[in-house]
Amino acid sequence: MKPAPFAWERPASLPALLDRLAEAGGSVKLIAGGQSLGPMLNLRLVEPGLVLDITGVPELREARVEDGTLVLGACVTHADIEDGRVPDTTGGALQRVASAIAYRPVRNRGTVGGSLAHADPAADWVSALTALDAEVEIAGRGRRRRMAVAAFVTGALETALRPGEMLVALRIPPMPTGAAWGYVKHCAKIGEFAHAIAAVRLEPEAGRGRVVIGAVEGPPVLVADARPLFGGRIGPDCAGRFLLSVAHTILREAGLTDPVVRHVHVTVLARAIAQAVPLPAPRVVPEAA
Amino acid sequence: MSGEGVGAPLPRKEDDRLMRGRGQYVGDIRLAGMQDVAFVRSPLAHARIRAIHVPDAYRDRVFTAADLDGVQPIRAVSGLPDFKVSEQPILATGKVRQVGELVAMCLAPTRAEAEDIAASVILDLEELPAVHDMLAARETGAALVHEHWGDNVYLESLVDIDIAAALDAPIKVTRTISTGRQCMAPIEGRGTVVHLDHRADQLVVHTASQMPHIVRNGLSECLRIEQGRIRIVSPDVGGGFGYKAILLAEDVALCWLALRCGHPVRWLEDRREHLTANANCREHHYRITAYAERDGRLRGIDCEATVDSGAYSAYPFSACLEGAQVASILPGPYDFPSYRCRTWSVATNKCPILPYRGVARTGVCFALELVLDAVAREAGLTPEAVRERNLVRPEQMPFENITRKHFDSGDYPQALARALSAIDVAAVRARQRAGEPDGRRIGFGLSIYCEQAAHGTSVYAGWGIPMVPGHEQASARLTPDGGLELRIGAHSHGQGLETTLAQVAHEILGVPVSRTRLVHGDTAMTPYSTGSWGSRVMVMAGGAVATACEALRDRAVRIGAHLLQAKPEECRFEGGHVVGPTGDVPLSTIARTWYLRPQDLAADTDAGGLEVTAGYKPVRDSGTFSYAAHAVVVAVDSDLGAVEILDYVIVEDGGTLVNPLVVDGQIQGGLAQGIGTALFEEMTFDGRGQPLASTLADYLLPGPAEVPMARIDHMATPSPYTRFGQKGIGEGGAIAPPAAIANAINDALAPLGAELLHSPVTPRRIVEAVLAAGSVASSDREAA
Repeated sequence: MKPAPFAWERPASLPALLDRLAEAGGSVKLIAGGQSLGPMLNLRLVEPGLVLDITGVPELREARVEDGTLVLGACVTHADIEDGRVPDTTGGALQRVASAIAYRPVRNRGTVGGSLAHADPAADWVSALTALDAEVEIAGRGRRRRMAVAAFVTGALETALRPGEMLVALRIPPMPTGAAWGYVKHCAKIGEFAHAIAAVRLEPEAGRGRVVIGAVEGPPVLVADARPLFGGRIGPDCAGRFLLSVAHTILREAGLTDPVVRHVHVTVLARAIAQAVPLPAPRVVPEAA
Repeated sequence: MSGEGVGAPLPRKEDDRLMRGRGQYVGDIRLAGMQDVAFVRSPLAHARIRAIHVPDAYRDRVFTAADLDGVQPIRAVSGLPDFKVSEQPILATGKVRQVGELVAMCLAPTRAEAEDIAASVILDLEELPAVHDMLAARETGAALVHEHWGDNVYLESLVDIDIAAALDAPIKVTRTISTGRQCMAPIEGRGTVVHLDHRADQLVVHTASQMPHIVRNGLSECLRIEQGRIRIVSPDVGGGFGYKAILLAEDVALCWLALRCGHPVRWLEDRREHLTANANCREHHYRITAYAERDGRLRGIDCEATVDSGAYSAYPFSACLEGAQVASILPGPYDFPSYRCRTWSVATNKCPILPYRGVARTGVCFALELVLDAVAREAGLTPEAVRERNLVRPEQMPFENITRKHFDSGDYPQALARALSAIDVAAVRARQRAGEPDGRRIGFGLSIYCEQAAHGTSVYAGWGIPMVPGHEQASARLTPDGGLELRIGAHSHGQGLETTLAQVAHEILGVPVSRTRLVHGDTAMTPYSTGSWGSRVMVMAGGAVATACEALRDRAVRIGAHLLQAKPEECRFEGGHVVGPTGDVPLSTIARTWYLRPQDLAADTDAGGLEVTAGYKPVRDSGTFSYAAHAVVVAVDSDLGAVEILDYVIVEDGGTLVNPLVVDGQIQGGLAQGIGTALFEEMTFDGRGQPLASTLADYLLPGPAEVPMARIDHMATPSPYTRFGQKGIGEGGAIAPPAAIANAINDALAPLGAELLHSPVTPRRIVEAVLAAGSVASSDREAA
């Protein structure tokens, strides 16, 4: 398990990096924390001619708040967020997500931009940032553009990045006033890849809600207007009105044909909703027989 | 004496270096001029080799079967009647029979470059239908792994002890139960470094091995080199569990390569090789019927068991040890009058099945203990009641069971009673009835086993495999300054022998544990031994060390008596001193006299001096029978299939405990692996025989969060047959957990009508079973 030969460069500025990205012939891979690319290289699942290390670009490591929007450079690590080394505008939602990503050694090195650009459906940020209605900032030589995370992740390990482009930052809007956040994932064991993720941002007073079902085979399933999941209305009591059948239908339409898989996703979604807007009293399952 | 002898809970001496990262493993060995090997392995499970294309640039760096002139395939033949022999080629010839089979060997200054070369070798293979399902493999018309056999069965066996008498029992419960294929997954994989020592005229093989002497036997056979020209050194080994008790084709290939190239060569197994090509184990299938009275008393057990033995018979344990053992050990710790068991050891296009901690016992315990719980449910009894009615009772000891296993000692019902009391069954049942605030379901599970350990000549001669243990030997040598050196042919790789054998010696000689060194893992420096396997070393090497130290003590007494101007019979040995009528002399003075002042010795002194090699066998070699009752409480999330272990109690009887701390460590480590078997670990295959887990992201091992600390209670009934009454305990911790945990899950899910009969009990399987049972899952009620 050793990688095939490749060249390695670590540009010191964004223009230099984008120049190399535009000019390099053959296959190029960007590396930041290397938590996904490292194993893929070692297993020879990818054999790039050139690996460009992007951690030498200072601005990619920066984090700041711009008019209430949190801007995270692509190389901000999960641990930076977990440990509160970057500002927060989400009422702790980002911190909670970050602190449960894989294992601490992975969080020390893994980056938010790398995770998103890798676009593994089971990755936390893919679902969480979609639910938070975040945007990505994309740069190529001499050009920049922004797009919603929901549009950026186009499939399993697929994104809207074009040749010569890279993800440079995340733009995360502030949590709306009165919004409730729920995030639940189901893993076979702590730290492993998720089998189901649900991220919900509900605004009971405004009657709005945004729901994401992730760790599916393709991009996460976004329900940008979650009202149908609650019979058409979102309010403080909505956890009790969550309609499993609607969730099943949405997932079936998204291509999830396996009823066991759907059951797990719907369960996780129900729990994320209950976490965001708890029911009045804990429920005890009576013995059935 | 000084509290360091048998029974002292000493911290392990070896941990000082191991925990500081100062252990020396095969991967730490650096030799001048050493080059690395990467193998080209078969990407297909079953295929004919049409051609192997090697780029011209690498002709002198790539070796195939055609180069291995005179090298013999690995043959692990069993003497059991009608056993079919497989020949495992060192590098594939004609056909490949499993994914990962070695096809070519590539040599380069670094592993990465060797992998580059391996990637450039192109295999032209004609794919054949893969035999990947052991039950289908037994059917006529199945593709054949070894064509000349005519079928895919290494060995079939049948035991029938009056099963007809059980058939009219009022309770009859039949279940199909199976255990998934696993990988052993020690932290350190296999690794071999070979170089030529021209001065000694030896091929020196550094390899991570539990049994260096057996490796030498096997290498000598395959390479056709006399044994004196091979030296095996097994340095620190990062976990064995049975995987390092096997001679690998890689080992043979590396030896040939070193002879051919003349410079040191190295192969270090990577995790992908480990998972997909080598370390497989455990895959059993049972169709089992229990016949019982309404009060739970067993009338008989009838079983058809199939073991997926893989493509080749592995050296030295063979492809049938596991399957044939099933028939003899399935009855477990229970006493019942009728029994039938038919077994098949089946060849498939998968890795050879290798003996993993507990060997066949984990599988049979799973089958039997699950069916006992099914009997309890059918009869309306508690799981503990069914077991209480059937366990062998203490007054029956020593007891010869239905398959003529000789249980040496113990009180099995007391182990169960203590476990029930420790876990507080009444409180668990009350909690279960009350329900959990979070909606999870509580389940209680039991499992009891007994384990034949340290079984010797008479047992293994019956299997007729290439390795039959005889007398175990140990050497003991006093150094001139009064220290002690012990030499054993077995190997310590987690068992703590550097400490515990020093304790045994201390018990006899009084030499401080800190002044006693254990030399092991080197055929050039140790007596012959079959090695460390079968929970045998504390019984066998412990007995041998004691015997050698006793002989040493007797010689020391004679020397000491002379120094005290007394007769030997007037002297006694006490606390490391020879004590005579007028005074005493310490062992260190005796040692100094023997080595440095021989002029002070008597003229008729024993010329053997202060170095003794002695052999040992227990009074009977049919084995010690350690046993344990495991009791577990789980919380099951029936919607997601998540299982949390809330409490785990183990009441075990390992006879006299030489070091209770080490025993606890062995049990806790076994439990971790048992939890892996129960809930996480599985190597699955697709219909073409492709292994589907090639990294530890796919092959899930339990981690710290999944392995609770067990509450361990010791009974310590001495074995009547061993030197100190000690019993083998190395494997037991891994035997019972899968059954106990699955029983607990089934107990939790019983109200929903779901029953899980395959290990590992994964979240997916639980949800599937719950949904299939047609139960209204809680999330549906949530929606209401």
